[in-house]
Amino acid sequence: MATLKVPAHVPAPSEDAEQLRKAFEGWGTNEKLIIDILAHRNAAQRNSIRKAYGEAYGEDLLTSLDKELSSDFERAVLLFTLDPAERDAFLANEATKRLTSSNWVLMEIACTRSSYELFNVRKAYHARYKKSLEEDVAHHTTGEYRKLLVPLVSAFRYEGEEVNMTLAKSEAKILRDKISDKHYSDEEVIRIVTTRSKAQLNATLNHYNSAFGNAINKDLKADPKDEFLKLLRAVIKCLTVPEKYFEKVLRQAINKLGTDERALTRVVTTRAEVDMVRIKEAYQRRNSVPLEKAVAGDTSGDHERMLLALIGAGDV
Amino acid sequence: MAYPDHLEALNKAFSGIGVDENSLISIVANSNHEHKKSFRKGCSKLFIEDQNGFERMDQSIIKNLKLEFKRFRDAVVLSLLHPWERDARLIEKAMKKGQKHYDVIVEIACTRSSNELLGARKAYHSLFHHSVEEHLATHVKGCERKLLVALVSAYRYEGPKVNEDVVKSEAEILSNAIKNADKRKPIEDEDTIMILATRSKPHLKAVYEHYNKICDKSLTEILDAGLSVDGDEESKRAVTRVIVTQREALVKEGYAPNKIQGILTGHYKDFILGSLAREEMNKPL
Repeated sequence: MATLKVPAHVPAPSEDAEQLRKAFEGWGTNEKLIIDILAHRNAAQRNSIRKAYGEAYGEDLLTSLDKELSSDFERAVLLFTLDPAERDAFLANEATKRLTSSNWVLMEIACTRSSYELFNVRKAYHARYKKSLEEDVAHHTTGEYRKLLVPLVSAFRYEGEEVNMTLAKSEAKILRDKISDKHYSDEEVIRIVTTRSKAQLNATLNHYNSAFGNAINKDLKADPKDEFLKLLRAVIKCLTVPEKYFEKVLRQAINKLGTDERALTRVVTTRAEVDMVRIKEAYQRRNSVPLEKAVAGDTSGDHERMLLALIGAGDV
Repeated sequence: MAYPDHLEALNKAFSGIGVDENSLISIVANSNHEHKKSFRKGCSKLFIEDQNGFERMDQSIIKNLKLEFKRFRDAVVLSLLHPWERDARLIEKAMKKGQKHYDVIVEIACTRSSNELLGARKAYHSLFHHSVEEHLATHVKGCERKLLVALVSAYRYEGPKVNEDVVKSEAEILSNAIKNADKRKPIEDEDTIMILATRSKPHLKAVYEHYNKICDKSLTEILDAGLSVDGDEESKRAVTRVIVTQREALVKEGYAPNKIQGILTGHYKDFILGSLAREEMNKPL
């Protein structure tokens, strides 16, 4: 469920565009107005505003934002204003250019979006970067990471609820055998994890737990330092219990000395319209503190205000 | 009784690819008991003398006849189906039939546009309640698995932009993979798969040109292989599939259906020729 709060009566896109233009004029910027508008419109509304702004002022709204704003606040506003598919394409492209920690962003996008959403990301990627997402991911990854990430971003999983219990049993056994032999990037493991539907995978992992006495992620912790294993555990979490995965990312981002602003911004802007309600619940359960309080304690200024607005704190 | 003429006509109706339905109607439907007996005795292609005193049609002949009668039906159905469903069904069938039929999967994955291939994947969901990559990964056990799954999952960029430096380095990678074929099969090489399965088609074209390699058979070559009565069943099926699905490309290539006249027969022939003629009409003058 989304935490995004949209007012009951939304002004026409041209009005919103005009207000935003006013927010940019003169010395300084009216950040509060920007948050009041953009943090309280859904994706379709934001697209209309962008269109109206472009028609009225001959400049992409994002370009104006880029000129007027800076640092974390700017990033949060820019990311949120983007249409979800474009946003994910932007984040993915950024990830292919950065170092290894960016594998996580690619994995997160590939595993927590629906099949159609992921497909739209690939389409947006074509339009924006004139390349295919899988080609860039393949080019910028190597070895077992490439083996895992390319199929993950190329997947078009079946989205039905049908489950084959015999298959669940046999594939749970395959996973168990490969893990026992420490063949974590074995083709069969990759195949199961990157092609099965989420419902089927869930059934397989449940069976794993029943048959072998513990959840698969426990067995995948055999080597705590292994980065690939960490990624694989995250893949499994994302595919089965995404809100728990996001809770952990937020927790680690906030607890980190100095706060990982990028991770925090990424999770908030990408999930505010999707499942932030469940993520907040998971956060409260795990940390005994509401997410709003933790975010407020760790961020400041306009960036803080933007994030809080997106997670539903305060009035509309 | 003019049996000899009819016998000849009957033999002709069963030669060629497809069957001459009209001849069969006019001959067989109008035959009496005696006629049919003389056909059986005179048509050694179809009937053999059984030791128990009757003319028997061998099981393999019955099987072959089934295939020839089916051709018209298959051509019509394949032609009528929405391209997405058609391609999804073709892939699923090829996958189940095994290794010898993987070329069909390659054909579909590589000749369709990115959106057509995606459409086939969507249709696959609806028809078979699984994703195509999931089934492929399960059914293909051999060394082709990685390549086939990757090919079918591609959503290639379709613009013309090509990076020359990358082209050169990838041509080298392919050349090395092929040089080292005795140590490791090129289709299992990660980099080869990456290049073939993710790069855009203009990019791959440039890579091939740079490599100077003679690659896949042209469409015409595939068809000629199938247009022989002695050809194997798969080549014959390829005729239906390639003509029905690649009509535009064939006509553009200037394919002249001369061979078809002589070898195909019956409603099947009429349907195939009709499809090509229709496409000819669409060509700009």
